Amino acid sequence: MRPPAPGVFDGTANTVAVLVLLIEFGMLRAALLRSQIRLYAAQSLVVSVLAGIVAAEQHVPELYVLAVLSFALKVVIVPWVVLRLVRQAHAEIAGSASLNVASAVLVSIVVAAFGFFAVGALHIQSTALPTTALAISVAIVLVAFVLMVLRNDVVSQAVGFFSLENGVSLASLVVAAGLPLILEVAFLFDLLVAVVVFAVLMRVHHDQRASLSTSDLTELRG
Amino acid sequence: MTVVLILLTTLGAAAALLSLALPTWAAQAVTVTSGVVCLGLSFVLVVPTSHAPVQAGFLRADAVSTVFLIATAFLYAAAAVYSIGYLRHHAGHGRYLQRFYLGLNAFGWSMLCAPLVDGLALLWVAIEITTVVSALLVAIDRTKSSAEAAWKYVLIASAGLGIGLFATIVLYYAGSQVYGTSYDLTLSQMIAAGHRLPVTPVRLAFVLAVLGYGTKVGLVPVHTWLPDAHSEAPTPISAMLSGSLLVVSFYAVLRYVQITSPTLGAGFDRTILIVFGVLSLLVAGLSLLRQRDVKRLLAYSSVEHMGILCLGVGFGAPIALAGVLLHVLAHAAAKGNAFFAAGVLLRKFGTKDIRQIRGGLDVLPWTGPLLLCAVLALSALPPFGIFRSEFQIVAGGLGDGKTTFAAILVVLVTVAFLGMAVSFTRVLFISAPRTPEAVVTRGEPSAWMVAPMVVGLIALVVLGVHPPDALTHLLSQGVIELGSGGS
Repeated sequence: MRPPAPGVFDGTANTVAVLVLLIEFGMLRAALLRSQIRLYAAQSLVVSVLAGIVAAEQHVPELYVLAVLSFALKVVIVPWVVLRLVRQAHAEIAGSASLNVASAVLVSIVVAAFGFFAVGALHIQSTALPTTALAISVAIVLVAFVLMVLRNDVVSQAVGFFSLENGVSLASLVVAAGLPLILEVAFLFDLLVAVVVFAVLMRVHHDQRASLSTSDLTELRG
Repeated sequence: MTVVLILLTTLGAAAALLSLALPTWAAQAVTVTSGVVCLGLSFVLVVPTSHAPVQAGFLRADAVSTVFLIATAFLYAAAAVYSIGYLRHHAGHGRYLQRFYLGLNAFGWSMLCAPLVDGLALLWVAIEITTVVSALLVAIDRTKSSAEAAWKYVLIASAGLGIGLFATIVLYYAGSQVYGTSYDLTLSQMIAAGHRLPVTPVRLAFVLAVLGYGTKVGLVPVHTWLPDAHSEAPTPISAMLSGSLLVVSFYAVLRYVQITSPTLGAGFDRTILIVFGVLSLLVAGLSLLRQRDVKRLLAYSSVEHMGILCLGVGFGAPIALAGVLLHVLAHAAAKGNAFFAAGVLLRKFGTKDIRQIRGGLDVLPWTGPLLLCAVLALSALPPFGIFRSEFQIVAGGLGDGKTTFAAILVVLVTVAFLGMAVSFTRVLFISAPRTPEAVVTRGEPSAWMVAPMVVGLIALVVLGVHPPDALTHLLSQGVIELGSGGS
C-alpha cells in the first residue's frame, strides 16, 4: 500500500515539528538561564499553536480548549514560576555545561539524526495520521535528554525535562489527536503538579546549597 | 461493588485534605482509619474479581489489580500505624507533621488509584502523581542529602515517565488502526484488540514502556535514583516506596505485557524482561555485598526483587506468573518489615551506618527477632511467603526449558543472601563494645512501631505455609487474565 501524498495538514504538522526541534537546539546554545526559559516559552507557544491548527484541520473542537490551557500553562505559568526562582536566586544567571556549545550541538545533531532515522527505518505507516512528525518528536526528546545530561544546574535540567514533555505533546497532538479531551487535560494537570514540585525542589536545593548548580550533588553514591 | 471502587479512589484523598485541617492526633487517627479501611476494601474485592472484572465508569478492577491493591493498601495501613511511633519526637513541629500526613495520605491514595483506573493514559497520570508526591516526601527532611536524593529522583523518574508517556501515545497510534482515530485507550478495549494491532508500533510501545516505567520499577540500568531516594526518605515512606511504588510501576509493565503479547507472540516480551531481570539481579546482588547503609542495603534488595519479578514474567509459565503475583504480596510484607525494623534501628542507635550498629538482638527484644525474620524472608527461606513465590518462579523457569536463567536466578539470589546475611549478622549478633559513652539501653522505642511488623510477619508466614483459598483463586484468575491472549 502506497502512503498517500502529504496534504496541507501533514505539511503544517511537519513544519511545526521542525520548528520545535530548532528551538530545542537553540536552548542547547543558550548560555543564560533567562534566555533558555524564554526559548522554552517560545517552544511551548509553537506547540500550542499546533494544537489550534490540528483542531481546525482535523475538526476536533475540543482541542481548542487544550490549546488555550496549554498556552496558559506552558507559555505563561511555567516560565513565570521558573523565572521568578532564577531572579530570587541572584547567584548565577548563566548555567554551566560540561561540554562546550559547539561539541554539544554536534552531539545533539548525531543523536537527533539517529532518532529521526531510527523511527523512519521502522516503516510505521498509517493512512490517517502523519508519521514524519513522530520521527521528529523522537529527535526532540533525544535532544532534550542531551540537554539534561550536559547541563549542571537545576534550572536547565528542569527546563530540559519540560521541553522533553513538549516533544511528547507534539507527538500526542499529531499521532493521538483523537485522545479524549479529559485525558489531555489530565496530562496538563499532571504537568502543572510536576512544575510545582520541580519548583519546590529547586527552592529546597537552593536553600541547602546556596547555589543552583548540581555539580556538588555527589554525597550519595555506591 | 461500584461503591468499593469509588471509596478506594477517594478515601486517601479525603484523608489527605482532612489531615491538613486537623490537629496531629486527629490526623494520625484519620490516616490509620483510611489505611485500614482501604485494606479492608481491597479484601472485599478479592472474591468478586476472582470471577470477573468489576467495572464502574472509568474504574476497573480485575484479579491482577486486586493483588497490587492489597500490597499497596497493606503498606499504606502499616506505614500509617508505624509513623505514629516513628515521629514521636517530632511532636513540637506541627507543620512538619501536617505536611508528612498530607503527603503520606496523598501517596497512598495515588498508588491505590493506579491499579484501579481503566485505561493506559489514566494509568500514566496516576503513576506520574505517585512520582511527584513521593519526591516531595523524600525531600521533607530538608537535609542536604535528602534534597540531593529528591532532585535525582524527580528528574530521573520524570524523564523515565516521559518515555512512558511516549509509549502510551505510540500504543494509541497502534490502536487507531483498529478503533479509528478517536477512542478511549481502556484496558478491556486494548486487551480485546489482541493480535489485530500492527506489529511494529506495538513492539516500539512495549520497549518504550519497559524502559519508561522500568525507571520507576528500578530496573538496572535505570535504577540509579532508587538507593538514594529509599535511603533518604523518612522510613515509613521508604517502606511504601519499596513495597508498593515499585510494584505499582511494575503493574504498568505487566499491563503492557498483557496487551502486547498477543500481537508480538510470547518470545519478544519475555526476552526483553529476562534481559532486564538478569541485569537487575546481577547489579543488585553485587551491590549488596558492599553496602554500609542499612537502608541502601534494603534498597538494593528491592532492585533484586524487581529483577526476580521481571524474570518470573519472562519465564511466562502459568506457575511462574502465579509466583510473580504472590511475590508482589510477600515482598510488600517482607520489605515493609525490613524497612520498619531499620527505622527502629535508626531511632535507637541514631545512625544508618552498619558499622556503628551492634548488638541489635540484645537491645531490641521485639525488633531484633522481627528484623532477623524479615531478612530471612527476603532471602527466600522457608516458611515465609517469598520462599513459596520464588520456588514457583524457578519451577516455572525449569518447566519451560529456561534452565540457564533459572540457574542464574538461584545463583544471584544466593549472592544477594550472602550480602544481606553478612551485614545483618553484624548488626544483630555481634554485641556492642562495652564503652561507657556508647550505652544503648534495652527496650523498644515505641509499641506503635512494633505492631505493624508483627502483622507483617503473620502475613508472611500465612503466605508461606498455607495461603487462604480465596487468595489462591485470585492468583489463578490473575494468571488466566495475564495469559488470556498470550502463550
